[in-house]
Amino acid sequence: MKEFGYQRVSDVAGAVAVLGADPTARFLGGGTNLVDLMKTGVERPGRLVDVRQLPLDQIEPTSDGGLRIGATVTNSDLAAHPEVRRRYPALAQAVLAGASGQLRNMATVGGNLLQRTRCGYFTDVTKACNKRAPGSGCPAVEGEHHNHAILGASEHCVAVHPSDMGVALAAFDAVVTYETADGPGELPLGWFYLPVGDTPHQETALPPGALITGVTLPPAPVAARSRYRKVRERASYAFAIGSVAAALDVRDGVVHDVRLALGAVASRPWRARAAERVLTGAPADGGTFAAAADAELTAARPLPRNGYKVTLMRNLVVAVLTELAEEATR
Amino acid sequence: MAPALPPTSSTVTLNINGEKHTLTVDHRTTLLDALRERLDLTGTKKGCDQGQCGACTVLLDGRRAVSCLQLAVAAEGREITTIEGVAEGDRLHPVQQAFLDLDGYQCGYCTPGQICSAVAVLEEHAAGWPSAVTGDVRPEAGPPPLTAEEIRERMSGNLCRCGAYVSIVEAVARAAADGEKHTEAAA
Amino acid sequence: MTTATRRTFTEAVGTPHPRVEGRDKVTGAARYAGDIPFAGLAHGWLVLSTVARGRISSLETAPVLAMPGVLAVLHHGNAPRVETGYTGMLSVPDPTAAVFQHDRVPHLGWPVALVVATTPEQAREAAEALVVHYDVEPHDIAFSGDRPDAYPVDGHMPGVTEKGDLAAQLAASAVTLDEEYTTPEMHHSMMEPHAATARWDGGRLELIDSNQGTHWVQSELAQMFSLDPGSVRVRSEHVGGGFGSKGVRAHQVAAVMAATVLQRPVRVVMTRRQMFSLTGYRSPTAQRVRLGADADGRLRALEHRSLNLTSTFHEYVEPSAGVARVMYDADAHRTANEVVRLDVPTPTWMRAPGEAPGSFALECALDELAEKCGIDPIELRARNEPERGPVSGLPFAGRNLLACFREGARRFGWADRDPRPGLRRDGRWLLGTGTAAASFPSGALPSTAAVTAEADGTFTVRVNAADIGTGARTALTLVAADALETAPDRVRVRLGDSDLGPASIAGGSMGTRSWSWAVTAAAAELRERLALNTGIPPEGITVRSDTTEALGALAQKERHSFGAQFAEVAVDVTTGEVRVRRMLGIFAAGRIVNPLTARSQLVGGMIWGISMALHEEAVRDRASGGHYGADLAGYHVATHADVGRVEADWVEDHDPEDPVGIKGVGEIGVVGAAAAVANAVWHATGVRHRALPIRPDRVLAAAAGGRHV
Repeated sequence: MKEFGYQRVSDVAGAVAVLGADPTARFLGGGTNLVDLMKTGVERPGRLVDVRQLPLDQIEPTSDGGLRIGATVTNSDLAAHPEVRRRYPALAQAVLAGASGQLRNMATVGGNLLQRTRCGYFTDVTKACNKRAPGSGCPAVEGEHHNHAILGASEHCVAVHPSDMGVALAAFDAVVTYETADGPGELPLGWFYLPVGDTPHQETALPPGALITGVTLPPAPVAARSRYRKVRERASYAFAIGSVAAALDVRDGVVHDVRLALGAVASRPWRARAAERVLTGAPADGGTFAAAADAELTAARPLPRNGYKVTLMRNLVVAVLTELAEEATR
Repeated sequence: MAPALPPTSSTVTLNINGEKHTLTVDHRTTLLDALRERLDLTGTKKGCDQGQCGACTVLLDGRRAVSCLQLAVAAEGREITTIEGVAEGDRLHPVQQAFLDLDGYQCGYCTPGQICSAVAVLEEHAAGWPSAVTGDVRPEAGPPPLTAEEIRERMSGNLCRCGAYVSIVEAVARAAADGEKHTEAAA
Repeated sequence: MTTATRRTFTEAVGTPHPRVEGRDKVTGAARYAGDIPFAGLAHGWLVLSTVARGRISSLETAPVLAMPGVLAVLHHGNAPRVETGYTGMLSVPDPTAAVFQHDRVPHLGWPVALVVATTPEQAREAAEALVVHYDVEPHDIAFSGDRPDAYPVDGHMPGVTEKGDLAAQLAASAVTLDEEYTTPEMHHSMMEPHAATARWDGGRLELIDSNQGTHWVQSELAQMFSLDPGSVRVRSEHVGGGFGSKGVRAHQVAAVMAATVLQRPVRVVMTRRQMFSLTGYRSPTAQRVRLGADADGRLRALEHRSLNLTSTFHEYVEPSAGVARVMYDADAHRTANEVVRLDVPTPTWMRAPGEAPGSFALECALDELAEKCGIDPIELRARNEPERGPVSGLPFAGRNLLACFREGARRFGWADRDPRPGLRRDGRWLLGTGTAAASFPSGALPSTAAVTAEADGTFTVRVNAADIGTGARTALTLVAADALETAPDRVRVRLGDSDLGPASIAGGSMGTRSWSWAVTAAAAELRERLALNTGIPPEGITVRSDTTEALGALAQKERHSFGAQFAEVAVDVTTGEVRVRRMLGIFAAGRIVNPLTARSQLVGGMIWGISMALHEEAVRDRASGGHYGADLAGYHVATHADVGRVEADWVEDHDPEDPVGIKGVGEIGVVGAAAAVANAVWHATGVRHRALPIRPDRVLAAAAGGRHV
């Protein structure tokens, strides 16, 4: 780890100004990902701008019935918040499924959105990686990839996004708000992460130097009946090999409203819109759920050793929707 | 114009176990290394230095955190509690006593982290926080009972390679029960 | 006889006793190797090769030496020479530990330099900045059971044993089985990384280290550096786990070199990533088991062949086929331990070396045979209990395997089990139960001890044991208390210091047995001396013991611990998740010294079995030859949530002829545990998993009727 400057900022404008003046600077939130990446040499900032004390640590209802979550709200506070648990239980579950109690106390919402892939080639600076060192190649395509992408990847990068929280946010149409020197802006989560293409190192649509200030969840009554299920290679404290965030509103046996997003399958939390289209207005039964999963997964392009994820995701989608449908009839 | 090179060290005052320590730290120094290498508070252990084992768990403002990913310079102004500050003088914390009585350890290296984590787990549970194994996270469902399954999930950020998990969970459960008795007696 | 006065104390052995160092461990006061401060301490950071095979062509040391705080860069061009042409206590030295002696790179992660600086931050950055150029050669790390270049190796047991006509007996068998079982590369992953501080103190080399035997490390370092053993002192008071990995490693040798060159204390602590290539590991195994039996399950033929990999420069054999030499006899019986040399680091002993992977293959095969024969798996084992050692022909010094099975079956509820697979369901989970047998040798190594009767009426026991989490310090306190007929709180045990003299390592489940033997002998003689009632001088009365002769006089027998493992699992075949809901292990492991800590060790071993069955797997990247995800997020060991109700207990296991009566309990717990889990997964799902770990993708592939991957 090379030497770096450090400063705390107490207001958003000041934070943005520091980054604008020093292109080697990075914002430091909880540090759970950035400090680790600095230790492994993946990140080598010249300056850290500590944003933890910015007044962005509130969770507030919006006038239209949604929620606004500040960027420095910790994962723990997000998951423990009564309105999150009441209105968007899958979001609380997703956050609780991630990392450990210690890391959730440190990690922030803004940092969680920006966390980097856990691909073992990306985190090992002695190996090639197009995301870390553009143009160096992607050893995962031919090498170890059993937990890599099946959707939306390219020959240049097959890494998956590690966030659990992001999967629930994707399902609930979250909007990321940010601040730049030129003023505030916002990006729906669906636009926040860029397609992989041949630029896997360009991960988000955030303008350079922008500071995430928060996430806004629009009102979604369907989200009150939602669930997050995560499958991993040990029972806790591990990244997903597949996860599903789903919300389902069934009326008279028919899907009235639905939200569905998949995790650990792509470079970004994967909103399953093709599946949602099949589900909406269709009978809430196993046949529909399977057809919906298949509709989403027809686009899957598994690698030689991660084809199991197609089966896993299909089964998970059906299982979670079935559980939600059964609860709806209770 | 290139920005002026910023200073790469700072003088900070760290509030640890109720005592103030002023020292100049290289910005690269983690709280873990500051405790161990600078302040001779070596009870906090370095197991992985990557946030993947929990051995370095301390309490920051009463909440558990891994000190290996916490920069020392960024810990200024926070109340830091390490394993050395968990007991009240000679009287062990109920979690410590339960680990001792029930053999909630073997080599002892993960133990300070397990204990700090367990102390926080009891607080988090008392505050009504749900966990990943809580069946219904909605506030209307009420706080989940602290079952063995809940303890296991909540303690999962602390690896123990000796495999002392069974007695650790027993120890946390006993400390929780002691705490409840204590609360009932006080009520 | 003075029986009446003798029995005024309570027997300590057999009574649960909290660890004597427990308070230090729960308050953070216990100091481990990296915790002890020294004035003027410098920090060494190892630099490892990024190629798997080749030569170092050059190192760009000048810019690194110019970096802030950098004191030295040691490498093959300037490091002190060390002696490696000796045979140590357990083997010839592994050249990975004898660092910086030549320019060859035989595996990725080979130590190429040590950067020493004033602070750890400076050392780390400088080490990262060191540019090393290599002449790269092609590497071969491809391990599989059909390597043509495999060859048998004698380790601490013969490579090959055979009797009878295997082909003929297989042909004559009513039921046969021929399967391959594989286990992956596994890592010790003890929580405390390897750490050592070396310094010269008045012409004496002192090493504060984390190891499994200070005498062992001291003698190896003395030989390597051509020093008189008396001028080397190694201390290791608290050790954060070892599991076979904490012997002589690169960090100690590098620290001694740096302390010698710089003439100041130097600490070298390995990073978690470095541990993956520098501290040994359990080799992957490919094991073929062939069984032939009569319709009633009696074995006519048994073949167990195990292949493991080793490095190109040091032979290590994982003797997985050895377990068959103890467990089951057959008219035709063949076992073979073979290795193949690849461009990888040398594997090493890891908790139950041989037995852990070997029992997975053999005990799964027995379960499959039971199914084929339509016989209960416990009954099958009962029908194949050997009278004598199947290979050695020696009598057993106690073989209480069936007692373990009887007690285990009763407590686990085995009698109610429907043997048919795939029938039980709890929501999304399919449930199943499985069992397996366990054995582990009960050996001992020569040890010395000194017991002192102090003038104040207390006793000091000096024995160079290592307490790596086993509870040795407490166990020896209890053993000494009984031998001295005093209370444990009047006994103080000192260990972990090479100045205390030669003693067994903490390894091979031999420690407590070996050290107790020496302590008991010294204490017995001390009591005789005290009985003369001449009063205790201020310096106390000390009696020393050495068990070398007594050990040599021990009759040749098959000496082992035994056990029966039971597991209940839940499997969701739609997601591939497997959970172990409960496990029960019943063991015959001699006299249990401290039930509190012995139970912890046995349960800990069983949890290793869960971890081995479901999680652990170090993945190597073919292209680079190094690991993929070499950290504790990439290499999963079981955490709290993976461990359900796990219980261990024991049966009476008394051998009146044994001079100690104590066997080890550190390793038997892992033996058979993974097999019990795998057999339970079959019972839940109807699918045999012969490749560990039983990952979600493998369960999913099996559910889809696909090939096992």
